[in-house]
Amino acid sequence: MRQPVVGRAGLYGAVAAGGFRRYATYGTATAAGVFTNTVFGFILAYTYIALWDERPGLGGYDQSEALTFMWVSQALLAAGALIGGGFQEEFQERVRTGDIAVDLYRPADLQMWWLAGDLGRAGFQLLGRGVVPLIVGGLAFQLALPTDPLRWLLFLVSVLLGLVVSFALRYLLGLAAFWLMDGAGINMMATVVSIFFSGMLLPLTVFPGGFGEFVRLLPWAAMLQVPVDVLLGGGDGAARTAGALGFQAVWAVVLLGLGRLLQAAATRKVVVQGG
Amino acid sequence: MEGLRGYGLIAAMWIRSTMTYRTSFFLSTFGNAAITLLDFVAIMIMFSHVDELGGFTLPEIALLYGSCSASLGLADLLLGNTDRIGTRIRDGSLDTMLVRPVPVLAQVAADRFALRRLGRIAQGLVVLGWAVSELDQLHWTVGKTLMLPVMITAGAAIFGAVMVGGAAFQFLAGDAAEVQNSFTYGGCTMLQYPPTVFAKDLLRGVTYIVPLAFVNWLPALYVLGRPDPLGLPGWVAYASPLVAFVVFLPASLAWRAGVRSYRSTGS
Repeated sequence: MRQPVVGRAGLYGAVAAGGFRRYATYGTATAAGVFTNTVFGFILAYTYIALWDERPGLGGYDQSEALTFMWVSQALLAAGALIGGGFQEEFQERVRTGDIAVDLYRPADLQMWWLAGDLGRAGFQLLGRGVVPLIVGGLAFQLALPTDPLRWLLFLVSVLLGLVVSFALRYLLGLAAFWLMDGAGINMMATVVSIFFSGMLLPLTVFPGGFGEFVRLLPWAAMLQVPVDVLLGGGDGAARTAGALGFQAVWAVVLLGLGRLLQAAATRKVVVQGG
Repeated sequence: MEGLRGYGLIAAMWIRSTMTYRTSFFLSTFGNAAITLLDFVAIMIMFSHVDELGGFTLPEIALLYGSCSASLGLADLLLGNTDRIGTRIRDGSLDTMLVRPVPVLAQVAADRFALRRLGRIAQGLVVLGWAVSELDQLHWTVGKTLMLPVMITAGAAIFGAVMVGGAAFQFLAGDAAEVQNSFTYGGCTMLQYPPTVFAKDLLRGVTYIVPLAFVNWLPALYVLGRPDPLGLPGWVAYASPLVAFVVFLPASLAWRAGVRSYRSTGS
């Protein structure tokens, strides 16, 4: 029954490649998305300049670091599905129609199957919707992008961990459909929360006092704030980066674990209903 | 007339259908208000660090924020679903609309009519109300007071024209809903900050090319007694309804051209 490890890796690799290719076919939508991210980038860049002109060094960033923060976050939004999108709506639809029963009988783990597909999607959107806005932003504004290749490598590791955290959280939303039947309301609430607590509107280091410390401990910080901070480096290098990656890894493990518990409860429910 | 009646019937049907999942409806209406509210919370966090942004105070920015949020909410409620046209072209479901005896635009706009969007309108009006109460030193003349409802409806009409124009563009470009969103949602993000924050070329673009400046900047600058950074004369503050009318012409012509050029995918 159990497949050898290599076979499984191959299976999930194929699922991920499928996710990548599927989004790659939406050429116009991707171009439109690049346009949107660039337009928003320009608008926000001017507001950031006004803000950092008024308060240099706000949140621990100088103006070019703040602008870098904003443009890199525009490049990560679609990949992290922070503004909606992603697999959860399709998952909920499959729960609603009962197609999920088919997924459960596949010789693959349900959570890993969807994770692989979502990482494929995210990989495409990182390339398709991420690179161009960042280049445009870099040409139009003075950014503080690092030149050290190791920094970029660490950034990519951090992005990957952020994507897993984002997936794990959205998997919980997907599973909620087993109880709610209609996911629209809860998805919207989740988007609201992720827009605000990821640092998309304003870096979380700018949030005041105890509230700021609290929001920096939540899983949404792992999706945007932490990867960008890893890229920007900051003063004391290695220890700080290790701490940042560790923070993301802990959330990834906790949320994936929660997903497995909830999934077990949900699949029992499927059996009770008869599928 | 036929169009309005059809629109009303389809919208009523969708309202009944969303009310089936009542909890979800209330959650999403609340979520709709909350999405925009958090936008404003971010601005308040900015103002916990500064007293002015681009020379404007928080109540002044709240006036900009509330008016554009209410305008966009209104346009979104009435015409927002036109951005689904790209999906309808792709999956072929536009074909069924073409054979019904109701104008296609009315059907597309009323399709999946989402009453939850009242959330954004309500939130915008609350912020606007707060701004007006904080700006009591402004000497609210009859002209300035009347400017508020005129600004919101004309602004909604301008956003609506952009939505129809964007939908027409999708006949040409396919699934490009996001381009439309960057002018509507992106435009509103821009209009909630003072024009002094942005580069002059950007201001010229949203004044003369896609006239978003008439949604709220120009009328609001008049209300606040501030000069326009591009040096336009004061009377342009009153021009918003006219501008809304003028931009609807190319938008509706483009829409007609789009429908005429439509070739079914046959699926």
